[in-house]
Amino acid sequence: MQTARQDIDTILERYPRHPQHLINLLQDVQAEYSYISPEHLTLICDHVGVPVTQAWSVATFYKSFSLEPRGEHEIKVCLGTTCHLKGGQRLAEACERNLGVARGQTTADLRFTLDTVNCLGSCALAPVVMIDNDYLGRATIRNLKKRLDESDDGSD
Amino acid sequence: MGKLKSVAELESLRAQVLAAPDRPVVRVCLGPGCLAQGADKVSRAFKAAIQERNILADVQPLIKETGCHGFCSQGTLVNLYPSDLFYVQVKPADVPEIVDQTLREGKVVERLLYADNGARYRSAAEVPFYKLQHKVILKNVGLIDPLDIEDALKAGAYRSLVKALTQKTTDQIIDTVTIAGLRGRGGGGFPTGFKWRKVVENARENPGPVFIVANGDEGDPGAFMDRAIMEGDPHAVLEGMAIGARAMGAEQGYLYVRAEYPFAVRTLNIAIEQARALGLLGQDILGTGFNFDVQINRGAGAFVCGEETALLASIEGRVGEPVTRPPYPVEQGLWDRPTVINNVETWANVPHIIDHGAQWYAGVGVPHSTGTKIFSLVGKVKNSGLVEVPMGITLGAIVEEIGGGVPGKERFKAVQTGGPSGGIIPYEFKELPPEDLKLDKVGLQPRGFMPMELKNLPVDFDSLAQAGSIMGSGGMIVMDDRDCVVDVARYFLRFLEEESCGKCLPCRLGLKGMQEFLNNFSQGKGAPADIDALASLGMALVDGSLCGLGRTAPNPVLTSIRYFRDEYLAHIVDHKCPAGVCRDLITYRIDADICNGCTLCAKNCPQACIAGANKEPHTIDQDACIRCGVCMDVCPVDAVVVA
Repeated sequence: MQTARQDIDTILERYPRHPQHLINLLQDVQAEYSYISPEHLTLICDHVGVPVTQAWSVATFYKSFSLEPRGEHEIKVCLGTTCHLKGGQRLAEACERNLGVARGQTTADLRFTLDTVNCLGSCALAPVVMIDNDYLGRATIRNLKKRLDESDDGSD
Repeated sequence: MGKLKSVAELESLRAQVLAAPDRPVVRVCLGPGCLAQGADKVSRAFKAAIQERNILADVQPLIKETGCHGFCSQGTLVNLYPSDLFYVQVKPADVPEIVDQTLREGKVVERLLYADNGARYRSAAEVPFYKLQHKVILKNVGLIDPLDIEDALKAGAYRSLVKALTQKTTDQIIDTVTIAGLRGRGGGGFPTGFKWRKVVENARENPGPVFIVANGDEGDPGAFMDRAIMEGDPHAVLEGMAIGARAMGAEQGYLYVRAEYPFAVRTLNIAIEQARALGLLGQDILGTGFNFDVQINRGAGAFVCGEETALLASIEGRVGEPVTRPPYPVEQGLWDRPTVINNVETWANVPHIIDHGAQWYAGVGVPHSTGTKIFSLVGKVKNSGLVEVPMGITLGAIVEEIGGGVPGKERFKAVQTGGPSGGIIPYEFKELPPEDLKLDKVGLQPRGFMPMELKNLPVDFDSLAQAGSIMGSGGMIVMDDRDCVVDVARYFLRFLEEESCGKCLPCRLGLKGMQEFLNNFSQGKGAPADIDALASLGMALVDGSLCGLGRTAPNPVLTSIRYFRDEYLAHIVDHKCPAGVCRDLITYRIDADICNGCTLCAKNCPQACIAGANKEPHTIDQDACIRCGVCMDVCPVDAVVVA
């Protein structure tokens, strides 16, 4: 608990103690730690003055919050309309098969988290997959597998 | 540079910026499309190449990382000033040649020019993709450096704010916006001036603060125009909001930006900081006594927050669930005070209206749908990207002339506008069967009919609504013969079912029920009568849902039934998917004449159900095949076909 508090003190100080800052704080903690731990959630609640149940409902309602640790690499397969038409769904399935996890899950070794997103705005290059901050445009099962193998080598 | 204390100080700064010596400029597009093709690496390559060649020190070109240039399918795009050369598909490896040939020698690198039908185009203005466009909102997007307020000032930013502060009363500002005929660009098309007037009236009756909000929660898949504005010309949004704040007497504005747009958040934050530093936001703006500031709220990944009451709940730190209207936000919005919510593109229109006048604006477009609209033209179209056109232009002009038609030998089938709330409208005129017209009489179809061939359909709020679709935020997805309307309708329903907040029953359960029908259809199950049952259930959602998400959710299904009933019947009665998409109704087959026996498909098949010796034609075991498409994807000779 002690360390958890020290961790996020600087983040908490960014916002006044008011319920309206609940989402902002969750976002900042999510960005910093890539997930929101139960300890952090409690500290945020104390800071903005809302019950844990309310923070829990907010954290589970919005998609960008994760209550479990995320993998080292984040794979986001775009399933926007254009990507859907151009085979995004098949790419997502190929990722599921290759990584052995369903979308939304993280591999047991915490290397990869697989997610699907609703549109990355790069429709002209559909289908698109994002691996961490890099885009893979006009993705195919083949070049995606190659790119994932590269990430796995740590040579990214 | 400290705070500007008067209009005169702003104009003297502007004059100073304008008087700076002219320099060659290399504009590298860092829009979402180009970024996905490595535009950041191209920009870095330019900087490195110029640094290496110190000869250029005296006339060193400025490398400007700009917002979206629009022509995404040709990225990375590079525009040069003053030569006006337009290079497409630029890779980092091309950069030294551009620097040596063009920047130093003044020669054109022919192979990087855009070529189409044997013609090569030197400048962007000549390219057919740009020629028919009418850029008002996007004029500075791609031109200015969005991270540099001085560059924005050079292009005229905050000129309209000055005009609004010094030459117009608050009433006159609202009148100008009303007479211009500006309608909400987020999809609804509600008259903006009317909304503003309501806020003023409500605040008069019930004195206290009012708030203004910019909705940048662009959640429609296939739409990225708001992102382009926020990332390419952030000051246009801030200036529009400031003018609105002046007109309505608001002192605090909120900019709600979608979670998936970190670049937009970064750009807007920098723009706000720079505007505050110059005193263009904050207390006593330009010494006029006008106070206004903007705060950014990042969305957290909920599509429903594009709905105004859900968005307000999210700003207040709560779960984004819509509430019943009335009271409307203009009556009781943020913290129960009158609040106006306009889309980012709507706000970006405001400075142009104030600058050029209501009459000028009303003269662009068509009556009742004035001005321009930005669309993201994507899907099965040759030239895809961001286009800005006057309202009322025909769909055919957008898709065929600007978009260059459907690539390959497939036929243009339909256009989907308005995202998950919009419709699928066919390219060819469809004579509606009599039973469909009967449905209209009992109210099963709320809206009109397809009045003409799609290519002649004017793109404006009312014509699109008449065709059963909506303008929406401006996504325009072109479909060809290889796209199945049942599958697309099913895709949107799955999307909406996932994004529904679950508060009201018609939306929560209705979407599940509709999905069940479509899942059956896509497997070749069901009876023809189910199509009408599905339409009827859709109408229950239209009538019974609490917010816009549920009320418009059935649109893709209802329009596809209306115009493509034959395709539904093909699934249900013939158990066939004519487009070859629905997995349970298709088979993958290897053409023995084409297959060269490279074994790649067999190696990659997750089911290990492809057999064949090396250099012999392979075959797929249909019983074990899960139709994942891997074989088709990896085949180097296109021997795998769908039947």
